[in-house]
Amino acid sequence: MKAVAYAFEAAASVDATTLALRAGGWGAKPIAGGQSLGAMLNLRLAQPETLVDLDGVAELATLREAADHVFFGAMTTHASIEDGRVPDPSGGLMPFVARSIAYRAVRNRGTLGGSLCHADPAADWVSTLPLLGATVIVAGEHSRREIAAAAFMTSAFETQLAEGELLVGVRVPRRSTDVRWSYRKFCRKTGEFSHATVGALADPADGTERLVLGALDGAPRIFEGASLLRDLSADAARRQALLDDAGQGLDDTRRALLAEMLRLALNDMEIPR
Amino acid sequence: MKAVNLEFPAVRESRITLDVNGRACAMTVEPRTHLADALREQCGLTATHLGCEHGVCGACTVEVDGAPQRACLQSAIRFAGKRVRTLEDFDDDAVMAQLRDAFSAEHALQCGYCTPGMLMTARDIVLRLPQADEVRIREELAGNLCRCTGYAGIVKAIRRVLNERAVGAPTENTHAA
Repeated sequence: MKAVAYAFEAAASVDATTLALRAGGWGAKPIAGGQSLGAMLNLRLAQPETLVDLDGVAELATLREAADHVFFGAMTTHASIEDGRVPDPSGGLMPFVARSIAYRAVRNRGTLGGSLCHADPAADWVSTLPLLGATVIVAGEHSRREIAAAAFMTSAFETQLAEGELLVGVRVPRRSTDVRWSYRKFCRKTGEFSHATVGALADPADGTERLVLGALDGAPRIFEGASLLRDLSADAARRQALLDDAGQGLDDTRRALLAEMLRLALNDMEIPR
Repeated sequence: MKAVNLEFPAVRESRITLDVNGRACAMTVEPRTHLADALREQCGLTATHLGCEHGVCGACTVEVDGAPQRACLQSAIRFAGKRVRTLEDFDDDAVMAQLRDAFSAEHALQCGYCTPGMLMTARDIVLRLPQADEVRIREELAGNLCRCTGYAGIVKAIRRVLNERAVGAPTENTHAA
């Protein structure tokens, strides 16, 4: 099918973009790589009045390395992360996840920021960035604010972005060289959206242990705590309680898939793949 | 009888020039016109096929600034200033010539609808992943759907080209020396 008629604006800066977004209200949408929005347009699930093109906004393509983190501009593509053309603060997790997103032709254009803002529960960065303890930077009319990646997505296709706000980039803390992680997702076909996602991360350097359960009906669920992963591995009742909590509203099949991904992820943490 | 009052939205048009296959193509399109429609209808380049129009089937895959991309997902306007190459531009390309021969030899097509996208993706696999084994080829091909061949012939064809090039590389060096 073909998209509805819309107006197209090319903004040259973050301020010009947020100005155009405010002028257009909820009828205006920024477009990054367009690999999800383009499909939604063609299916007429999205019918915006105006699209604001982010290709010309240099700040969104920047990359900054600091001692304790890496800042990725919102327009960083999945393929550049997959290929290691950008630094990896995550001990291999980000390139691993990037390679499993959709297909190469999509990864060449699809972006980190676009995927986060689209907020498909079954997508990968909405689960991975909370696992890494990342921070999202958002620009509004007068100021910028920072939001923990774990709190950015509020429910399916909903984020904390207010009208006229733009995601500028993501700050990902550097993990130590001892970091261990697992990322398991169930897809019947390579590249399709996940039916159940579980990620785990343990960094002995600062004692961080995190678990994320994704591809749920709403936003991913994050769990954190000292010796969280070891306790879950040892205690079947705790695993069941976690699955009952996070898997609310899922049918039996998806619950079973989620339980299996959790089993595999915890197993990976004990015996790395 | 009362006349029905139909209201149509205003048609917005943009004048753009795209760099397609090394030529400047000037055209007038609506912002909503995606690249594949622009290539087929404005440039007359019909090798780029449209299957699903939501990024899954891969029939519309073209090369943009040297890397494969979907042509159905974005407005043609967004490709101004980028280098777009469609299958038509690969007539004299050495890798594509090898792939065409291998696709023939291995029966890698039947109806041919997916073939342009398959060839674009296959060329990317051959150049980017010269060490790819069958598992990796199948993983990389997941973004291109074929409803005729069951993929066996396509995978074989790509393997054949990878093998030919792995064997051929030292020979070329010998000639150069």
